Amino acid sequence: MTLIKDGRLIKDHWRRLGPSEPLPPAGDVIVPWARWPVEAEALQAHDGAVGVQIGPEETAEELAPILPALGAIAIEFPVFKDGRGYSTARLLRERYGFTGELRATGDVLIDQLFFLQRVGFDVLELRPDQKVQDALAALRQFSVRYQAGADEAQPLYRRR
Amino acid sequence: MYRYDAHDQQIVDERVAQFRDQTRRFLAGELGEEEFRPLRLMNGLYLQRHAPMLRVAIPYGLLSSAQLRSLAHIARTYDKGYGHISTRQNIQFNWPRLEQVPDILAELAAVQMHAIQTSGNCIRNTTSDQLAGVAPDELADPRPYCEIIRQWSTLHPEFSYLPRKFKIAVTGAQSDRAAIQVHDIGLQLVADSSGEIGFRVLVGGGLGRAPMVGVTVREFLPRGDLLSYLEAILRTYNRLGRRDNMHKARIKILVKATGAARFAELVEAEFAQLDRAALALPDAEIERVQAFFAPPAYEADAAEDTSLADRLEHDVAFARWYRRNTVAHKQPGYRAVYVSLKAPDQPPGDLTAAQMETLAALADAYSFGEVRTTHQQNLLLADVRQADLPALWEALAAAGFAQPNIGTLTDMIACPGLDFCSLANAGTLDIAAQINQRFDDLDYLYDLGDIRLNMSGCMNACGHHHVGHIGILGVDKKGESWYQIQLGGSSANEASLGKVLGPSVPAERVADTLAEVLATYVALREGEESFLETVRRVGIAPFKDRVYAEAC
Ligand code: SF4
Repeated sequence: MTLIKDGRLIKDHWRRLGPSEPLPPAGDVIVPWARWPVEAEALQAHDGAVGVQIGPEETAEELAPILPALGAIAIEFPVFKDGRGYSTARLLRERYGFTGELRATGDVLIDQLFFLQRVGFDVLELRPDQKVQDALAALRQFSVRYQAGADEAQPLYRRR
Repeated sequence: MYRYDAHDQQIVDERVAQFRDQTRRFLAGELGEEEFRPLRLMNGLYLQRHAPMLRVAIPYGLLSSAQLRSLAHIARTYDKGYGHISTRQNIQFNWPRLEQVPDILAELAAVQMHAIQTSGNCIRNTTSDQLAGVAPDELADPRPYCEIIRQWSTLHPEFSYLPRKFKIAVTGAQSDRAAIQVHDIGLQLVADSSGEIGFRVLVGGGLGRAPMVGVTVREFLPRGDLLSYLEAILRTYNRLGRRDNMHKARIKILVKATGAARFAELVEAEFAQLDRAALALPDAEIERVQAFFAPPAYEADAAEDTSLADRLEHDVAFARWYRRNTVAHKQPGYRAVYVSLKAPDQPPGDLTAAQMETLAALADAYSFGEVRTTHQQNLLLADVRQADLPALWEALAAAGFAQPNIGTLTDMIACPGLDFCSLANAGTLDIAAQINQRFDDLDYLYDLGDIRLNMSGCMNACGHHHVGHIGILGVDKKGESWYQIQLGGSSANEASLGKVLGPSVPAERVADTLAEVLATYVALREGEESFLETVRRVGIAPFKDRVYAEAC
C-alpha cells in the first residue's frame, strides 16, 4: 500500500480491521464506522489510538460528537467521481476542528490528489495501480491557488 | 477588460502542463478512458465518434482583438478554418486532434484564455449580460463579479466533482439578458434601501431534461458575502444532490425534491455556520477588479455629430440595419452594434478564421479593441461612436455580418445537431436553412417583430428550445428527423417554458408549420402586441387548431 503524507511516502502505523475482526491487544487501529456505536466502550479503552473509516454517505455532523476520541478518520471514495468526501473533509477540519489523521482511501488517483490535499486530507492512500512518481509530481503541479485551503491560509485576493 | 497578473497566468500555464501530462499518460495507456474522461471534459474536450470538440471559455463573453486573432489562428491551424459561437459565451472548435489539444491550450494561455471547466461536473464558465457596462438600464456592472466568481471557482478543491454540471449567470440590468432564471444559480445585482449593492439569489433553474425556472432563495445578499453564499449553496448541493442517476443529478431536481422553502433553509443554515470572515470579499478587492472594467476613453462630444441623422434619413438600407442591429448605449453619442452571425447561407453562430480577423480589425478601428459574444450566437461591438456607424456598417456588410435581422425570426439559435453532435436525434442546420429560405422577406420579418426562435437537436436542449418564443426540438422517429414545436417560452424577466403545440412534424413541414403559427399570430394580435404577448394572452389553442386543422 502506498501512503503519501506531506509529499513523501510513509509507512502505515494503523492496522485496518474488518467488520468482525477482533481488536488486537494493543496498537493503532482503524475500524469501520458501523462498529463504533456497538463497541464504543471497548474502542475507547483500547491500548492504542483508534480511527474510523466512513463512506461518502456519512457526514461530519455524525462524527462530530466523538471526534476527541478519534486519532484518524479514513474517508472512502468508492469511485473517484463521487465528490462528497471533499465536503466532509473540509467540514471535519474547518468546522469541527479535527486535527487527527484524515486519510483518503479507495479510488484515490493521481489526478485528484491536489484537490484532496487542499481540502484537508493529510494522508493519501493511493489505489495500488497508481504510479508513485507521477503521484508525487501531481502534488506539485500548481504553485498558485485561488482559494484558501489546508495548504494556504488566505484566498489569493488577500495575498495579491 | 480583466488582465491576468502573474498569478492568473501561472495557473493557466500550469494547467496546460498538467493536461499535457494527463494526455501523455492517457496515450501511453496509463490512464483509463473512464478516468481520463472527466479530466479532458474539465479542459473542454469532448471526444465523440464523428466529431471531437474543444470548448473554449470566453469569460462573460469578452474578447480582445488579440484574443480573437489567436482564435483565428487556432481555427486555421487545428480546425477546418472556423469556430462556432455557443449560447453560453464559449467558442467551440470541431475536429481538434487529442494529441494537439495541449498545444491549443498553450496558444490560448498565451493570450490569457483557457478551456478550464467548460465541461464536466463542475462549476462552468460564468456568463453575463452582453450589454454589461453599456446598457442604459444597468444598476451596476456584473462583470467584475463574474471575474471574481471565475477565480473562486477555478480548480475549486471542494467543488470539482459535483453530481452534475453547474452554471452561474449574473446580471446587473433591469432587463434580464443573461437568462438568470434558467441557471443553476442566477444572480441579479440589486440595491437595498440604503443604496448598498448586493444580489438577489436564484437557485434551481435549468434547461435540458425537466426544464425549470429558478426560485429566489435570498432577496438581498450583501456583495461582501457573495462567495460565502455560493459556497453554502454548492456545499448543500455537493452533499445532497443525487449521484445515482445523471438525469436527476442537477440542482434543480434537488430543489424540487426538497421544496424551494426547505432548500433555502438548508442553504441559510449552512451559510450561518460558515466562516464568513474567511471568504468575505473586501471592498478593496471588488474595486481592484472593477478598475479593469472602467469605461473606455469615450469622446465627450460624440453626441454632437449630425452625420448619423442625415444618413438615417437618406439611406433606407442603413436605417433598417441601424434600427434592428444597434441598440442604445449609456454614453451619449455611442451605440452598441450587433454583428449578425445569422446570414441565411451560414449555420447560426459559425464564424470563419478570416471573419474573426476582419472583426478583430473592426474592433480595433471602432470599438476600443473589444468584441463580445451574445447568448443568441451573435457578436457585439459594444462601444461604437455614432459617427462611425455608416463606415462600420459597410465593413460589416462586406464581411457578411450585417444581415439586419437581430431579434427577428431568422436570428435563430440552433445547436449543431446531427451534423456535429453524436447525441443528436435530428438535424438542425438543414432546418435553419429551410427557415431562412422560407422567411427571406425582411419586411415580413419586421412586421412580425421580435421573435426568439430556438432549436435543439435533442432533449439536452443546448439550443434552449424551452425558452424560445418558438422552440423547435428534433426527435427521432424510426431513424427520421421529426420536429416538435413549442410556443410561449422565454428566458427574459418573466421567464416561462414553452408549451408543446402538438404532434411533431416531419422535416419538410417545419417552415410550413411556422408559417401557419405566424399567420395565426398576425390574425390575432392586438395593436402593437408582440408574438410572445399574443401567445401568452390567447394560449396555444388557436395556434394548434390552425396548424393541425388540415391534417384531420
Ligand atoms: S441539444 Fe442535443 S443535439 Fe444539440 S448539441 Fe446538445 S446534445 Fe447535441
